Amino acid sequence: MTAATPAGASAKAPPRALPGWVATVALLLPTYAWLTLAVFLPLCAMLLFSVLTKAPFGNVHPQLTTANYMVFVRQPYLLDVAWTSLKLGFLTTALCALIGLPAAMALKLGASGRLRSVLFLLIILPFWTNGLVRIFSWTMVLREDGFLDMAVHAIIPSAPSAGILFSQSAIVIGLVHGYLPYMILTCFISLLAIDDSLIEAARSLGARWPVIFLRVILPLVVPGLVSGAILTFVPVIGSFMEPRILGGRVGVTMGTVIEDQFTAAFNWPRGAALSFTMLAVVLAIFATFSGVLRQSAARADASS
Amino acid sequence: MKLLARGFILLVLIFLYLPIAVMALMAFNASPLYALPFQFSTEWFEALATDDVLLTAARNSALIAVATAVLATLLGTAAAVALHRARFPGRDTLRVLLLPPIAIPWLITGTAMLLFFFWTGIGRGLHAMLIGHVALAIPYVVLVVNTGLSGVRRDLEEAAKSLGSTPLHAFFAVTLPLLLPSVIAAALFAFAVSLDQFVISYFLATPGVVTLPVQIYAAIRKGFTPEINAISTILLGVSMIVILGFAWLSKAGGALERR
Repeated sequence: MTAATPAGASAKAPPRALPGWVATVALLLPTYAWLTLAVFLPLCAMLLFSVLTKAPFGNVHPQLTTANYMVFVRQPYLLDVAWTSLKLGFLTTALCALIGLPAAMALKLGASGRLRSVLFLLIILPFWTNGLVRIFSWTMVLREDGFLDMAVHAIIPSAPSAGILFSQSAIVIGLVHGYLPYMILTCFISLLAIDDSLIEAARSLGARWPVIFLRVILPLVVPGLVSGAILTFVPVIGSFMEPRILGGRVGVTMGTVIEDQFTAAFNWPRGAALSFTMLAVVLAIFATFSGVLRQSAARADASS
Repeated sequence: MKLLARGFILLVLIFLYLPIAVMALMAFNASPLYALPFQFSTEWFEALATDDVLLTAARNSALIAVATAVLATLLGTAAAVALHRARFPGRDTLRVLLLPPIAIPWLITGTAMLLFFFWTGIGRGLHAMLIGHVALAIPYVVLVVNTGLSGVRRDLEEAAKSLGSTPLHAFFAVTLPLLLPSVIAAALFAFAVSLDQFVISYFLATPGVVTLPVQIYAAIRKGFTPEINAISTILLGVSMIVILGFAWLSKAGGALERR
């Protein structure tokens, strides 16, 4: 250890010539090792658990089986539950699209510059706050004698209770509230990419707004709409706290069934099989729409 | 047309903020049964100060969020630099591999982590939650830092190198200062992702070791009190401030690029 080793100061010292690939590997390894430990290996373990008769803890020696996947056949009510989850997904996605696309267009048409940025931020802000707390907040509004009831009674005192907590509608309202900002975001990014002169051209050629919307805007906004739809549909079919909190006893979905397998029934192999079935559905959706998703991701990159 | 558009935006904003506002309002209402008329009171916030269960949960949440922000930012920034600069086969695959943590429903990732961690002896608890949170935050950090890197001029670093600086020194002395707004923004984002995470924490919690959202969920299912409103309001407030900080910083980063 000499006292004076001014690193880099003496021009004569040859620069440490580490090959470039060593640096690249060193930079990438921690991240991908972490993701492997936290995500990829667990998913593999889940696939393994799903074909075992018992969870392989302690001295248990489980055997291979496909029985966990056959529950859909042996317990047909699960098919109903799966259908409920899919319906919830379709309904939420459709409502998000019906509100989100017009909202994105309104944002583009109704505001510009600083006001637009502020409004955009206000729309996105709730999305990055705690989803559980936002669902909880809906119970304050929807429960009997809640805010909605009060508002209705203030106008029509004799109206029956509008408390719709613990119903399918309550679940849908909560889910739309949760994912609407996402839909507005993806549609808005697609809309921003549309050249205004296209719309001007259509107008100067005498096209009216409905025609412009259907023939010019809609085809160009499809990638954003599809991305938004997937990013809504996928988490919705995997939701469990929303049906639990807002649906109460009617809130039985694939999500809550899987949650029960892990936290109440402790049938982990069956839970793993159900989780993995859901994962297969999710991956199939992503694979089907990967082209559209990539296109809209590129657009988001370009406009950011 | 403009008026109509603005009116619609207003309706959407009311829909988005109404329940949150009602919840926050009830946190300041004196009645424990959420009864009206509204009477201003801070008793539920005062009650929080002596609620050890909620305070411990809040401390755990803060701890994990800070640790997640530090770890995810270190790892994610390094990966973003390599993915942005190096050209090598399989780079696109590595990019795609960043998607599963954020694209697969948390229910699936969370249950997978639970059985894998339990099986391998990693177990459950704060450390397990930290492993999960960092994995969820890394892809966002890579995304944010990657955007920042596109705005940093490469020739400055080349100039430093041609003047005799080592590649490492050139990066730390030239590129990193320019990249700093993005890195801090990414750290804030990672902090918010961890603070807001419920599903993963829920499956990795043990009865004694919980985060704030997990404790809130337990309280909601047991029958809640305005105290839960109070702590929820604080939680939302903190996330919103952090995200506003993020938005401001990314804009500042953008302005820096254009200069």
